[in-house]
Amino acid sequence: MTAPIRRDVLQDLDQFRSEARQWLETNCPESQRQPMQAEDQYYGGRNARFPSADAQLWFERMRDKGWICPEWPTEYGGGGLTPQHAKIIKEEMKAVRARTPLYSLGIWMLGPALLEFGNEEQKQQHIPAIINGEVRWCQGYSEPGSGSDLASLQCKAEDQGDHFLVNGSKIWTTAADKSDWIFCLVRTDPNAKNQEGISFLLIDMDDPGVTTTPIELISGESEFCQTFFDNVKVPKSNLVGELNQGWSVAKALLVHERKLMSELGSESPREVLVPSAAARQYLDMVDGKIADAQLRADLVDYDMTMHAIGLTHFRTFEEKLADTRSAAPLVMKYVGTEAEKTKSELLLAILGSQGLGWEGEGFSQAELDTLRLWAMSKAMTIAGGTSEIQLNVIAKNVLQLPQS
Amino acid sequence: MALVLNEEQRFLRDAAREFLNANAPVEALRKLRDDKDPTGYSSELWHQMAELGWASIILPEEYGGLDFGFTGLGVVMEETGRTLTASPLLASAVVGASALLLAGSEKQKSSLLPKVAAGELTLALALEESHHHRPTHINTTATTEGANIVLNGRKTFVVDGHSADQLLVVARSSGEAESERGLSLLLVPRDAPGVSVQRTIMADSRNAANIVFEQVSVSSDALVGPAGEAWAVLEQVLDRGRVALAAEMLGLALEAFERTVAYLKEREQFGTLIGSFQGLQHRAAQMQAELELCRSVVLQALSTVDDAPEQLPLLASLAKAKLNELVKLVTNEAVQMHGGIGVTDELEIGFFLKRARVAMQIFGDTGFHKDRYATLCGY
Repeated sequence: MTAPIRRDVLQDLDQFRSEARQWLETNCPESQRQPMQAEDQYYGGRNARFPSADAQLWFERMRDKGWICPEWPTEYGGGGLTPQHAKIIKEEMKAVRARTPLYSLGIWMLGPALLEFGNEEQKQQHIPAIINGEVRWCQGYSEPGSGSDLASLQCKAEDQGDHFLVNGSKIWTTAADKSDWIFCLVRTDPNAKNQEGISFLLIDMDDPGVTTTPIELISGESEFCQTFFDNVKVPKSNLVGELNQGWSVAKALLVHERKLMSELGSESPREVLVPSAAARQYLDMVDGKIADAQLRADLVDYDMTMHAIGLTHFRTFEEKLADTRSAAPLVMKYVGTEAEKTKSELLLAILGSQGLGWEGEGFSQAELDTLRLWAMSKAMTIAGGTSEIQLNVIAKNVLQLPQS
Repeated sequence: MALVLNEEQRFLRDAAREFLNANAPVEALRKLRDDKDPTGYSSELWHQMAELGWASIILPEEYGGLDFGFTGLGVVMEETGRTLTASPLLASAVVGASALLLAGSEKQKSSLLPKVAAGELTLALALEESHHHRPTHINTTATTEGANIVLNGRKTFVVDGHSADQLLVVARSSGEAESERGLSLLLVPRDAPGVSVQRTIMADSRNAANIVFEQVSVSSDALVGPAGEAWAVLEQVLDRGRVALAAEMLGLALEAFERTVAYLKEREQFGTLIGSFQGLQHRAAQMQAELELCRSVVLQALSTVDDAPEQLPLLASLAKAKLNELVKLVTNEAVQMHGGIGVTDELEIGFFLKRARVAMQIFGDTGFHKDRYATLCGY
C-alpha cells in the first residue's frame, strides 16, 4: 500500500526547506547566481583551476555543508540525507538561481555505481575524491566498431597475473583530454558470449600508453574524444564488481546516464532561449496571437509536450516516495531528448535567418548559441543509447514483446 | 501526492473494474446497438452504478454525495472507458451535477442534487449549435415575457439529450453572437411543450440528440444562476466535463493498446510472432511513451479541479488536447496492427475506434484546445 507521508515528516521537510533557503541565501555569493557561460563551469580534477574566487568559495561551502552529494553516505563525505531532502536542496538552489558548484561525471554516473558495486577500498579511494572535486572522470564505453551494439566491444584486458594489460580504443569519451581517470568496459574473456566476457575497469589516464585525441563535431565543439590504450598496465584492484560481470555494473550506470540526459537542457551553460518568449520577441503578433499559424501550432505542441513531461517527472518522483512502480522512468530518456531536438528546431524556425549565424558580428550571443545548441541537440538522441535503442528497451522490458 | 493513487482510490478502481467487467463489458454496448435500445443505456445498470455511489462521487455529503473528489471520479471514468460503458455518468453526474452545484440556488440544489446523486434524475447540457464546439456561439434566445422566460432555438450534439429528464439549456438573454456576456443557463424538462427531440444515431452507439425549442415557456425559477451571467460557470462546468472525459479516454486508450499488444504476442506470420518485428515494436513503444505522459496529465488535471481550480482552464485544455491525440493514435494503430480482423465488426476494436472519434469532438476538438492553451499562455 501507499505509505501516506506522516504529518511530522512533512513538518520536518517544511522546516528543512526554509532552513535550506536561508542557508543558500546567506552562503551563495551573488556572482554565483548569474547565468553561466561555458567557462564558468567547474569540473574539478588534478589540473583544474576555479573560474573565480567566488566559485571556489561557493564550492567549498557546499562541500563543507555536505550538499555536493546530499544523498551519499556521510562516511565518504556525502550528506547522508533522504531523497526528499535532496530534492528540496535542488529546488531551493534553483529558486535562488544558485549555480551547480561542481560538474562531475563522477557524481552523476560513476559514484552511484561504485556505491552499489565497489568494494570498501574502492569507495574509500574514489568517492571522497569525487565529492571533493579532486579527480575528474570520463567514461569509456563505445568503440569505433561498437556503438548501439555495445556488447560487441573489443578493447581487451588480458590477465597478466598481478595486473591487466589493456589494448584497444574508446570513442565518445567526453572531455577525456581534460580527465584524470576513465571508467571502462573491457573484454576480459574473448571466448564468452557478447555480454558475458566484459568487465568494468578503472584506469588512471596518467598511466603510460593512454593517449587521447579530440573529435570535432558539427556544432564546432570538440567535447568528445577518442582514447587509445597501448599496452596499458592496470592493477587488478581497479576491477569493479566480479570479473566478466561488468555488464550489470554498466547497465545500472546507464540508468543514471539516461535519467541525466532526460533532465538535461536546464543545465546548459549557453544562453538558452525559451521558445514562447523567443516567439514574442521574433514573431509578428496580431491581437496577442502569433500571426504565423504553423509556428503557433508547433509552439503549442512543444509547450504541451514539455508540460506533460514535467508532470511525468513529478509523477515518477511521487511514485518513488510511495514505493510504487510504473513504466514512466523507462520512457523519459526517449521523450526528453526527442523534445530537446524539437525545441531546437522550433527555435531555429522562430529566429529565421537570425538563428543561422555561425560566429562573429551581426548576431547576439543568444542567437549564436541557439544554432550551436541546435547542432548539439542532434547528439542527444544518439548518446546514452539511441532513440531506437530506447524503443527496443521499452518493447522488451515494458511491453515484453517477443524478441527476434 | 496528486499523481499517485491512494489506497482508497485504488480500491475504488479495482471494485469498478470488477463490476464493469461483470455487468457492462463491450458486449453490452454491442447489444444495445443491435437491439436498437430506445434508451441507449441500461436503466438497471445505471441504478446499480448509482447504488455503488458513482452518480454522487463529486457531490458534497449534504446533497447525498460521496464527496470523493475528481481523482476518485477519474478512476471510475477510466474504467468505464475500458469497457465503453454507456451511461449518464458524464452528462448527468459530472456535467449536469456540476452546473447545479456551481450555479444553482440553494432550493435547486437541495431539491434536485439528491435525486441526481441517487441516479433517479438525469440531466443533459444543451449547448452546441453548430457542428464544432463553439461555446459562445449561442443564438438560442431566452426572452422575458411577463413572469416567464421564453426559449427559441436549435441545439445539436446534446449528449444524452434524448434520454435526460431535464435539460440544462444555454441560451442568450442579451449580447451579440459569440459574446461571452449575456448567456443564461435554464433548466427545462425534456417533455415541456415546445421541446422537440430528435435522437441522433452516432458512430459510437451512445446517446446524442438534436433538440428544437419553439416558444418554450418556463418560469424564472428555471434560471440556474443569474440571467446573462452564465459564462464563468459554464466554462468551469465544461472544464470539469473535459477532464472527466479525458479520464474516460485514457481508459479507452489503455484498453485498446493492451488488447493490441496482446495480439502482437499471439498472431503468427512468416513463422514467427508479429510482436517480434521491430517495425511494430517501435510503434508500440512510442504509444507506451505517449500513454505515460497522458496518464500524468490526466491525474494532474483531475486533482486541479479539487485543489487548484484557478489553473483548471490550462490543465483541462492540455488534458483534452493530449487525450484527443492519444486516442486517435492508439485506435488507428490498434486497427492497423490487428490487420484484416481489425476492420471487422466482430472484433471489438472497432467500438474503441468509433467511441474515440465521438469523444474527440465532445467539449472541444484538438484544434479548439490547442488554440485555447496557446491563448492562455499568452501567444
